[in-house]
Amino acid sequence: MDDRLLIKKGAEASLYLEEWHGRRVVAKRRLPKPYRLPQLDRAIRGQRTKHEPLVIHRAKEVGVPTPIVFMVDPSEATIIMEFVEGKTVKQVLDGLSKEDRAHLCVQIGELIGRLHKGGIIHGDLTTSNMILTPSGKVVLVDFGLSEQSEEVESRGVDLHLMKRALLSTHYKYAEECFEAIIRGYRKVMGTEATDEVLKKIREIEMRGRYVSERRLPSKT
Amino acid sequence: MPSKRGTSTRTLRCLGIESTADDFGVGILSSDGEVLANVVSTYLPERGGIHPREAARHHAEVAGRVLVEALKQARVNPDEIDIVAFSQGPGMGPCLRTGATVARALAAYLNVPLVGVNHLVAHIEIGKLVTNAEDPVTLFVSGGSTIISAFEAGRYRIFGETLDIAAGNCIDVFAREAGLRPEEGLPVAAIVERLASQGRKFISLPYVVKGMNLSFSGLLTAATQLLREGGHSLEDLCFSFQEVVFSMLAEVTERALAHTEKPEVLLTGGVAANRRLQEMIRMIAEEHDARFCVVSKEYALDNGAMIAWTGILAYRCGLTTPIEESHVRLRWRLDEVYAPWVEELKRIG
Repeated sequence: MDDRLLIKKGAEASLYLEEWHGRRVVAKRRLPKPYRLPQLDRAIRGQRTKHEPLVIHRAKEVGVPTPIVFMVDPSEATIIMEFVEGKTVKQVLDGLSKEDRAHLCVQIGELIGRLHKGGIIHGDLTTSNMILTPSGKVVLVDFGLSEQSEEVESRGVDLHLMKRALLSTHYKYAEECFEAIIRGYRKVMGTEATDEVLKKIREIEMRGRYVSERRLPSKT
Repeated sequence: MPSKRGTSTRTLRCLGIESTADDFGVGILSSDGEVLANVVSTYLPERGGIHPREAARHHAEVAGRVLVEALKQARVNPDEIDIVAFSQGPGMGPCLRTGATVARALAAYLNVPLVGVNHLVAHIEIGKLVTNAEDPVTLFVSGGSTIISAFEAGRYRIFGETLDIAAGNCIDVFAREAGLRPEEGLPVAAIVERLASQGRKFISLPYVVKGMNLSFSGLLTAATQLLREGGHSLEDLCFSFQEVVFSMLAEVTERALAHTEKPEVLLTGGVAANRRLQEMIRMIAEEHDARFCVVSKEYALDNGAMIAWTGILAYRCGLTTPIEESHVRLRWRLDEVYAPWVEELKRIG
């Protein structure tokens, strides 16, 4: 079967564009990592393959667009799912106008808010894991590192990762984008819960060993 | 600011002082990248981890001797030094302050410019120099740091880091909990490596990767718990512990490499000496058609040469540190440092 087209080689899994019963699908295969001990490798791949479709489904339940899952094969660590037409937010973000960028980020913030409100932590919030469809809808993909949690700590880490991803990939607009994301997040989560998470993010940033002194609360 | 003796085209010599943690090091480099001297004295605690004040006392005691030895090794007179660089942070306060005091005094005495250097940037720069890497994804793993970084637009960006303790610290604490002691110059982590190579049975331990970031504290607690319970051989525990720690590091490094598509992977820091970690990172590099570069021990551990080299790079871009701005920066992040020399060098070719 040579109709497989590698569309993304990630660190954790490879995505192939395939034909599946006459349908254009994405096959997410967690290929064995030769550097890892086989037992550990099997455990990690199998666990993530079984876990991911579950969270993809729960995300839909809380109103977050995710791909349709057609088939799951834990022994081959493969998930067959819908091919979502569109471009990644990573590809489009820097080219947008300030206004469109803010709009998109507010939308992303709302989606993250819905996930968190529904007890879902994405675990890998980067702009490569968000697809902007031609109709302007944002679809979240790659729930491979997601977990269920309602703890402020997990929410804080999740958003902290989003912030870090913005800082490393979209450094020019990182601050305004993160602020817009928080605006969207606040709409869904409410002021109290959002402020709590923001406080936690600051705490996480200070916990890391080499945080800037600038970010430490000043005592003067 | 031009150097006190002549034009910038002539070869400069920089003396670098490192004192962020348990090592006090002095290195002397010439601006063409030649290491003229690299002398390090390490504080060895009688038991437990590093006590900052004890380490600082050690640094103050050996500073004079290490300086003289470095000058002797480099075969230069003090007045042939053009720049004095020092590690300004991040690190332990008392240790950093001892090195900074020596650096300020020396720069003032010789009447040469002072350059405060970020210790983390210095690890990457010396790694690039000694392995000829040009634009790598760097995995820096030591007792104090666990950072995955790559250069983007003027700065070394952090693509992943530990959310709690450093991987090297995790290994050291586990080793001490297991009752291991340094043997004949072998650090405890090397003894864990030796025991791990004799382990056979894999024991499941918490594997915590959150996106690009890592968490080692749960793993350390679980491993320590199993140690206390008994029931597993120390070899099997060391083996499983190492496999999990390094697989986590490897996964995040691969993620950064896939994301940035850089042509090289640079492995450095004290933990870089571990053969199993080297093997894993090499496999990842090959998988992504990147060149694997591992920094030899002399330059992977804390050393003065890396500070001297980074001092030269910064100085050539006109960056110096006036005395009044030379206070130490305990929590100075890698991605706060503006590093104009990286693009400058690329342009010159």
